[in-house]
Amino acid sequence: MDLNDTPQQAEYRAKVRSWLEEHKHEAPVLQGEGAIEDEHEAVEAHRAWQRKLAEAGLTGVTWPTEYGGQGLGPLEQVIVNQEISRAGVPGILDAIGVGMLGPTIIAHGTEEQKQRYLAAMLHGDEVWCQLFSEPAAGSDLAGIQSRAKPQDDGSWVLNGQKVWTTNAQFASFGLLLARTDPDVPKHKGLTMFIVPMDAEGVTVRGLRQITGDAEFNEVFFDDVALDPDLVVGPVNGGWGTALTTLMFERLTIGGGGEGMGYRADRFARALASDPAAVRDPEVRKRFGELATDLLALRFTGYRILTALQRGQIPGPEAGMGKVTVVNAAVAAGDLIADVIGPDAFSLDDEWNYLISFLPGLKSAGGTEEILRNTVGERVLGLPPEPRLDKGIPFSELRDKEREAAGASA
Amino acid sequence: MNFELSDEQRALQEAARGALSRHKTLEAARDALDGGERLDLWDMAREVGWPGLLVSEEHGGAGLGGLDAMLVLAECGRVLASVPLLGHVPATAVLDAAGSHAELLSALADGERRAAFAGAQPPGDLSQEWTADPRRGHARVPAPRAEVDGDAAVVTGEVAWVPDAPGADVLVVAVVDADGAARAVLVDAGAQGVTVEPVVRYDATRLLGHVRLDGARGEVLAAADTELAAAWYLGQGLLAAESLGAVERALEVSVEYAKERFTFGRAIGSYQAVKHALVEVLRRQENARSLMYYAGWARQDAPAEFPLAASAARVAAGRALDFAARELISVHGGIGATWEHDAPYYFRRAQLSRRLLGGMGSATDRVAGELLGQAAA
Repeated sequence: MDLNDTPQQAEYRAKVRSWLEEHKHEAPVLQGEGAIEDEHEAVEAHRAWQRKLAEAGLTGVTWPTEYGGQGLGPLEQVIVNQEISRAGVPGILDAIGVGMLGPTIIAHGTEEQKQRYLAAMLHGDEVWCQLFSEPAAGSDLAGIQSRAKPQDDGSWVLNGQKVWTTNAQFASFGLLLARTDPDVPKHKGLTMFIVPMDAEGVTVRGLRQITGDAEFNEVFFDDVALDPDLVVGPVNGGWGTALTTLMFERLTIGGGGEGMGYRADRFARALASDPAAVRDPEVRKRFGELATDLLALRFTGYRILTALQRGQIPGPEAGMGKVTVVNAAVAAGDLIADVIGPDAFSLDDEWNYLISFLPGLKSAGGTEEILRNTVGERVLGLPPEPRLDKGIPFSELRDKEREAAGASA
Repeated sequence: MNFELSDEQRALQEAARGALSRHKTLEAARDALDGGERLDLWDMAREVGWPGLLVSEEHGGAGLGGLDAMLVLAECGRVLASVPLLGHVPATAVLDAAGSHAELLSALADGERRAAFAGAQPPGDLSQEWTADPRRGHARVPAPRAEVDGDAAVVTGEVAWVPDAPGADVLVVAVVDADGAARAVLVDAGAQGVTVEPVVRYDATRLLGHVRLDGARGEVLAAADTELAAAWYLGQGLLAAESLGAVERALEVSVEYAKERFTFGRAIGSYQAVKHALVEVLRRQENARSLMYYAGWARQDAPAEFPLAASAARVAAGRALDFAARELISVHGGIGATWEHDAPYYFRRAQLSRRLLGGMGSATDRVAGELLGQAAA
């Protein structure tokens, strides 16, 4: 076992580090003391920073070179992430686009789409958002109801609503999953579209969360006209396209919660500043247990990276890391609030934010329950639960559901 | 970056599984509780070279690393095999670090003679004491005291629940000298003033003894206190590995049964209540595995992190095994709690293991202490 870089990786790391050393004074301050307060200003400063990172070859590290990427492996991407975090500067503005949506377009898009969208995405000139989840379809993503109807001229008209959409308030485009054929079973009637966020009929509304901030949005579509060249991948083959995005999502999250700041050493510092807490056996026990989980996550991350380096794609078991990190972070927030007392909920306190943010994170990127189902079935080989929707046209599903609800009532 | 097992390590794992598969270890676990003799696999261990796993090649050992030893212990743990390595391996690590006693070392590496490590928990962020496990109760006791004169030591004190002490030829004892410094002392198990009282509790596969030293004469080894600490944490890592192996098998058996057993027209493994609990076993198992790798890596490449890594591995694996053993029983329903079934022996293994070598509480506290100590520094 060896956690060291290979000579080539060490050379790459040194190159990245020296660029960041030289340019980190140009990075905007987005969090903590001296942070830019105005949201629009902050976005523009962040966008400019992404452009600089892109010009230095530090975005889209794993993208093919013909689309402006570096054509390197996932480990080089990790090296860039580590060095950015070490330098204490923000990463890119559009991590969702560059990490998940761009790779989907690279895998399924037409050559024209790639030429039109990818470079502007990479440089942050056009930010993207992911329009998958809906109020009534999250875990059961294939149950989405947003409807795109084909027109005689080959274009489409879109109606429906999406939710939990990060960055929609300043995004130029969204990658959207819509139902295009309701008369076939639900996985078979979906299509992926590119939606210009400034199109007529698109409305973005901020969605405030427990934290008080609006990090997500709701997006509404009223008779939005979509040109034929906005379809990504095959018509009615959108489920396969979406699976690609979800695979990249897993890969993005695969690195674990350390990048999100849920680290044992950070929580240790908070507790160590209170001498009475350090001596309290109950505090030590609770901290020892949650810290064990966070450490396990870091080293599971190294196992996943090893697999990636060997060209393997992380399986659904990588999703278990999310369960571990969220629960350990919840336990940490709870413990720190117990130690600090009511003052932990001061408005500008980092723990106030952490404690409020985590309950929602539990459902983000797959609820704990759906993750456990997937791992139980795909990794342990346990049989699936009987389901009502197999082989049934989407349009008949609501009636079936009502029938079932009536039967059990 | 490479954080997976090497081909050699996989081969070691497979060879261990193969060797152990020729013995009816689970039947033996039951028989031993019924008053039968413990099935001691030391001779088998000798044939495959396990006694010398951590002894350097110049002394006739395999010169392998801590992780290799953990992999072997994990295989033993899978089938609840009784192989007296938990006490022997850390003892050989201390002797090998001391560099003296070449003849003894090669006899230990060969397995012709057996050693046990009567260790002490090293000081932590809140305490400067080296402490030993007591016979009973919550308070830890001071490690044995020694009067040291050159290479000679006269040792007095007791260490309870020492793995593999009964039948060991030599004991490596962690003692504290008149200046309060920790020293490693080699004591012949047959020497005057040495008593090893064998004890069997709850899991009869486990060879344990209370080691009592009343002015026993021994030799001071040229091993630094850091070596004694490392041997303590190696014990934590080995116990973690053994538990991890038991979790793996418990999960396999549980999953198999959950696919076969039907209620209300469905396999019970299709119900979320059962499925999610089994996934929880898997989650804990893989977390424990990652931390076992961390411990193995740290022992070799980041010794300053070894106390944290080994303690965390112990905590994760101990908790995983408790959960897995209880789940193994629950999934099987009432039959899982009967003497005929294998599940109770995994449960017994889990419960006793969690209380050995400082217990889970000490290990959890050590994880916290290491991190809080670093944060304060």
